[in-house]
Amino acid sequence: MAIDFLYPQYEVVRNPARCIACRACERQCSNEVHAYDDELKMMISDESRCVNCHRCVSICPTRALKIVKTDHTFKENANWSGETIMEVYRQASSGGVLLSSMGNPKPLPVYWDKILINASQVTNPSIDPLREPMETKTFLGQKPSKIERDENGKIKTNITPQLELSVPIMFSAMSYGSISYNAHESLARAAEALGIYYNTGEGGLHQDFYKYGANTIVQVASGRFGVHKDYLSAGAAIEIKMGQGAKPGIGGHLPGAKIVGDVSRTRMIPEGSDAISPAPHHDIYSIEDLRQLVFSLKEASNYKKPVIVKIAAVHNVAAIASGIARSGADIIAIDGFRGGTGAAPTRIRDNVGIPIELALAAVDQRLRDEGIRNKVSLVVGGSIRSSADVVKAIALGADACYIGTAALLALGCHLCRSCQTGKCNWGIATQRPDLVKRLNPDIGYKRLVNLVTAWEHEIKEMMGGMGINSIEALRGNRLMLRGVGLNEKELQILGIKHAGE
Amino acid sequence: MAKYVIIGNSTAAIGCVEGIRSKDKDGEIVLIASENHHTYARPLISYLLQGKTDEERMKYRPDSFYEENHVTAKLGETVTKLDSEKKTVTLKSGEEISYEKLLVATGSTPFVPPMEGLDTVPEKFTFMSLDDAHALESVLTKDSRVLIIGAGLIGLKCAEGIKERVKSITVVDLADRVLPSILDETGSAIVKDFLEKQGIEFHLGDTAAKFAGTTATLKSGLTVDFDVLVIAVGVRPNTSLVKDAGGEVRRGIAADDTGKTTLPDVYAAGDCAESFDISAGVNRVLALLPNAYMQGNTAGINMAGGKASFDRAIPMNAIGFMGLHIITAGTYDGETYVRRDGENYKILFYKDDVLKGYILIGDVARAGIYTALIRNRTPLSSIDFKLICEKPQLMAFTARTRRDLLSKQQ
Amino acid sequence: MKRVYVDEKWCLGCHLCEYYCAFANSGKSSMIKALKDRTIHPRIRIEGDNQVSFAVSCRHCTDPLCVKSCIAGALSKKDGVVCIDQNKCVGCHTCVLVCPYGALMPSESGVMQKCELCIENAGGKPACVQGCPNKAIIFEERD
Repeated sequence: MAIDFLYPQYEVVRNPARCIACRACERQCSNEVHAYDDELKMMISDESRCVNCHRCVSICPTRALKIVKTDHTFKENANWSGETIMEVYRQASSGGVLLSSMGNPKPLPVYWDKILINASQVTNPSIDPLREPMETKTFLGQKPSKIERDENGKIKTNITPQLELSVPIMFSAMSYGSISYNAHESLARAAEALGIYYNTGEGGLHQDFYKYGANTIVQVASGRFGVHKDYLSAGAAIEIKMGQGAKPGIGGHLPGAKIVGDVSRTRMIPEGSDAISPAPHHDIYSIEDLRQLVFSLKEASNYKKPVIVKIAAVHNVAAIASGIARSGADIIAIDGFRGGTGAAPTRIRDNVGIPIELALAAVDQRLRDEGIRNKVSLVVGGSIRSSADVVKAIALGADACYIGTAALLALGCHLCRSCQTGKCNWGIATQRPDLVKRLNPDIGYKRLVNLVTAWEHEIKEMMGGMGINSIEALRGNRLMLRGVGLNEKELQILGIKHAGE
Repeated sequence: MAKYVIIGNSTAAIGCVEGIRSKDKDGEIVLIASENHHTYARPLISYLLQGKTDEERMKYRPDSFYEENHVTAKLGETVTKLDSEKKTVTLKSGEEISYEKLLVATGSTPFVPPMEGLDTVPEKFTFMSLDDAHALESVLTKDSRVLIIGAGLIGLKCAEGIKERVKSITVVDLADRVLPSILDETGSAIVKDFLEKQGIEFHLGDTAAKFAGTTATLKSGLTVDFDVLVIAVGVRPNTSLVKDAGGEVRRGIAADDTGKTTLPDVYAAGDCAESFDISAGVNRVLALLPNAYMQGNTAGINMAGGKASFDRAIPMNAIGFMGLHIITAGTYDGETYVRRDGENYKILFYKDDVLKGYILIGDVARAGIYTALIRNRTPLSSIDFKLICEKPQLMAFTARTRRDLLSKQQ
Repeated sequence: MKRVYVDEKWCLGCHLCEYYCAFANSGKSSMIKALKDRTIHPRIRIEGDNQVSFAVSCRHCTDPLCVKSCIAGALSKKDGVVCIDQNKCVGCHTCVLVCPYGALMPSESGVMQKCELCIENAGGKPACVQGCPNKAIIFEERD
């Protein structure tokens, strides 16, 4: 056997004094790490297969297991990290493009963590959200420049279709195929219970989930999988996916092995065929082309649904957003470079795109400067990790946030970043029936509802602290933010002062 | 006048009391029984001798049973006459008790065939009642050589019960194999081998032709010296009360599926009565405890004005000897599926798309799933026959049936 | 009355219910003390394979055949729960003969055992229900 140069990244540590050999770890590991040895009368493990997903750790009834990062080490140096060395070995062995999943893990700046939130003291009172009303309701869509009223004082202005959110949070696009039926059901039911929206991604909408249409955003992507008239009419809004933060500039590839049964039917492509989403939309090469698609979709849905255009945060994002705002789109969604994915080439994921914080600030400012900020709502995603990130995003100018990874974590994802293998032990990023059933939507949807409810409480607390009682009053209120450890240029782009100023 | 009179104090009688009380909380119940004991689990007498239970624990129902159920128990009294026109029963003491509804649950009596010289045997017993067990126990010593006539359920259960308390046990039966009423030939051979390994001696296809004191001469010419004789060749249903009153009696008292006899307001249940065996499609005496309870219980419900029918009777037995378990049910008729692995033996009988009967020896786990197939006459085409042959399992049913079984109230 | 119901759609076949059951009925203070290096004798058993599996335990039938059939009077129904008096049971297996679910089985001592909904131990929810990681075993009232 050839030397593969690779050493397992993790060690399975089993406490023999606690292990009762119930074999739950063995039964629950789709990577076949654990096994019971009849001769030794004990559990053994093959660590080379471990992806550190913690399924075994979570399910072990006697807490006999833990997974630790191996302290086996390469002779590292500042330039050649162990990770980098391993990647070279891996490619030298396979000859292939490296694939990864979930968001960019590199230690690039996380601006959210360098932005701090204000609070009221003495001169302006803070608000106690438990005692006073606090509005988190948000409407997404075009807003008129001015309000006209008739002689009876009734509003004459014709408001274009809007999305109404109880909290400025939505579940971001994850296709049926990349995630499981049960994950979708959990998201859909949670969106309904919370009064927010989830997003089909580009995999179409499973027949069973049309009933959640009022809380669904249906996506139209470059592959146009699963798109038909009923689909477009089923959701509350239609999203055109131009790009994705994890892999800007490239398309998608769902292997034929995952195109089975309902996934194939829902995508409207034959079983076993690869679902290849092209890098560009082949009918869009300009803002004018985009405008045609925006209006085609509006036409097809009787102008009853707002249209979202989703792009990845890239260098010229502000100019691109300005063009989109003029294309007739109602909402622009921007996905930052830390956004998640079911599978992306590692180099793209880790090196392409820009941070969402900077993109958001730049776009909001540009649209204001051009006087068209009211023409669109801004939704940002790409690693919104907490309610504090939400508050900061809104203060930077967002109308709402998309959360993807955080939602998956609520469903049990342990960020093992092995989605591309299709063997998700938590029943999320898999189509294997025995794994899919591990995610019971009765449990999953409640955890999502809990998460967003908890964030809502925290958002209210933070807003109250600032003396602000509505999302409206927080939006674009950059005075509520200060930077720490940021240079002049960064502060200038973010449009915020440094702490102490 | 008592509303309900029950003759008997064993399983069918208790089932009847509980059946009546499920419908009628107050109506007076008079229960009359010859045996002067609190109701006890009759099949447990062998376990009593074995030391696996005691008189206290083998009470079939708690001490408070009669009181809690408002039953006037006349124990140690024997009914000698039934007059179905006057609706009375007469006790040996001469007392006459009238009834509105009567249950005859008189059970059966060990049959002792005429055998030459039997009267010369000093220690001879039958094995049916608690008193029988006590009587037998009183003469057993470590040195006793016991001769049991009969290799059926009672004879072998008796052998198991006393095995560790005596020097030797010899079993003689006219039939050429053990437990012929519940096993096929292979099964009988397995059980016989097993029991022989435990030290029981068998003379099958043979019979005691003559007794002289403590020596039996068998028909084959063989002589067996013994100290204690147990006669367990069979039982006879106690049917005379009904027969003398003009009711129909076949092998047992004829009773329909509500427990009714041909006499007005007279019901019969348990070992004295026949029931309809759905696996064989014939009326027969099913002298089995579960059937006795269910038949008695059904009769009780009907006597109290309720509606119930005991229409799923089948022969079935669960019996074990020294750790070897045997479970059988139904009729041995039709095609077979056989599997044998040492002492583990399974044979399934099926015909007309239903399971008719089965024998399990050794591995008897979850046998009730097979029993239910027979009782419910489940079409075998509606289940996975291969899986059900492999072992009794709910996996053999459709997902829909399983949902009904496991996620609905049963 | 609350009973244990099983939904095979969510059963993962992890067998943890069996271990939680065995632990709950062991009288020991920790699962390790109760089950380490021992063959377990749970009152709930998983049937099936990796694709389809489900737990089977006593259904506490409205009209329980086992109670009617018990030759020792050891089985009875108390407040809807089918209970076994192991002191009276002689291990004759008649309950095994009649139970359509295969829900009674011998205990380590040879006398029979069955699910009693954890009324005799910790109480509250049955241990199998609490231990099921995927809500495949539910304790509730149904019609």
